[in-house]
Amino acid sequence: MRSRRIGAAIGIYLLLVVGAIICLVPLFWLIRSSLMSTENMFKLPLILFPREFRLQNYVDVFTMVPFARFYANTVFVVTFNIIGALISNLMIAYGLARIEFKGRKLMFSLSIGTLMLPANVQLIPLFLEWNWFGKVNTFLPLTVPAFFGNAFFIFMLYQFLRTIPRDFDEAAFMDGASYPVIIARVIFPLMKPAMAVVAIFQFMFTWNDFMSPLLFLNDTNKYTLAIGIRTFISTFYTPWGVLMAAATLTILPLIVLFFIAQRYFVSGLTIGGIKG
Amino acid sequence: MGLSLYTSMTQWDMLSKAQFVGFQNYIRIFTEDKLFLKSIQNTLYFTFLSVPLQMIIALGGALLLNSQVKGKGVFRTIFYLPSLIPIVVSSVMWLWLFNYQYGLINYFLNLLGASRVKWIDSTKMVIPSLAIMNIWNIGNVMVIFLAGLQGIPTDLLEAVDIDGGRYWHKFRFVILPLLSPVILYNMIVNVIKCLQLFVEPYIMTNGGPVNSSLSFVLHIYNNAFKYGKMGIANAMSWVLFILTMIISLIIFKTSNQWTFYEGDKQ
Repeated sequence: MRSRRIGAAIGIYLLLVVGAIICLVPLFWLIRSSLMSTENMFKLPLILFPREFRLQNYVDVFTMVPFARFYANTVFVVTFNIIGALISNLMIAYGLARIEFKGRKLMFSLSIGTLMLPANVQLIPLFLEWNWFGKVNTFLPLTVPAFFGNAFFIFMLYQFLRTIPRDFDEAAFMDGASYPVIIARVIFPLMKPAMAVVAIFQFMFTWNDFMSPLLFLNDTNKYTLAIGIRTFISTFYTPWGVLMAAATLTILPLIVLFFIAQRYFVSGLTIGGIKG
Repeated sequence: MGLSLYTSMTQWDMLSKAQFVGFQNYIRIFTEDKLFLKSIQNTLYFTFLSVPLQMIIALGGALLLNSQVKGKGVFRTIFYLPSLIPIVVSSVMWLWLFNYQYGLINYFLNLLGASRVKWIDSTKMVIPSLAIMNIWNIGNVMVIFLAGLQGIPTDLLEAVDIDGGRYWHKFRFVILPLLSPVILYNMIVNVIKCLQLFVEPYIMTNGGPVNSSLSFVLHIYNNAFKYGKMGIANAMSWVLFILTMIISLIIFKTSNQWTFYEGDKQ
């Protein structure tokens, strides 16, 4: 019995280690390649561990294309998206959860219903709409939508709001506070963990978003990182080392954020699947 | 939405005024456009290949992480890492890994004595390659499974022990039924996600070789922004929407037979 248990434990570890290696090797390969010169990369047999680190690729990233510009653009767009997401989703969720009005149930189902609507289905209508406004090739199509809420966040905050006793609101109401004041002074402080999840996920969504910048930005100087990376790939000559360096620089903030705020990631992910 | 429905019935190249053509666009995409059906086929193939495999592997991983082992946190972090990587970056990264001559995967195959495989350069392997890449990105699904597993009451599992059941019995009669709503959730979310396949073929293969990785959304994109057929592209978007809805509905309807909600017992 005992030996069997030890055997099982060894088996589990073995599988876990193999899985971990499979998860990590591509990332290792990315970083390894970013530190090599092109000629060393194209040597057979392959050099698995480069002898010397070549940082030139990381310099070239910034000289070949306006990569610093891409970074600045991305940070700009991400900042506005986070602000928009925090304000709009809290207000909408509060309205749906707390304020009695006609058609509330319908509004709730409608906004949750958009969860089922795949983003790519709306692409062309969205493009036409922004084209109509004449705002293609500006940052507006990338930032404004965040100020109109997102079904996933609304649902999450709605669930969270239900755990906060109404007495708090009512007490503040008695003291003459208006809805904005209640939201800002009473609800927001209590919802800080949920708001952190919103901020982090919005950061991830926007940082990784490929489709909207691809549709709405034509000017290289306005590119975000996600589509900026693509400028390195060409049918004639792709500088692999530089491309890998650019990719590494793109994921760096995400990895740092993940290690700082790991617990929020898990709670944000599981809220839809378990509580829903 | 209304604008989109109207546009889908017009012949419009963005430059001239839209011309109303009724349902003609819908008829045309099904009869004249051979690539349209091909792109649906590719997308479905990709979805049915990658969703089940990913779910099985993710569930297996979650079960392993849910057992009494040390260093769970570290493994969980490592398994989640791929999910952090933006699709653009993972596309670029896998493009390089799949490289016929200088890619790491073929290097390992060579090391094991197998011959090199033309991954994304062959019509047969390109969709499976994209599926492998998609499966690598397993963290989200696994974390959700893991949270579901942690919600399973231990007294039920102990009851199996007392009755002399083995691990398989626990899995089959306790874990699987109690986890079924989570399985359903993961399945729906992933099927919808896979049907939207775009960035990977756009970056890695541009739909090639010979359109064998042309996905539905890539085809829509090409029609709209490459060939300037806004009306056609919009009609296709509607077909995609309806197809997604139908598939989700089928999964929902059939799920009554295999999902188990504790609340239903009374």
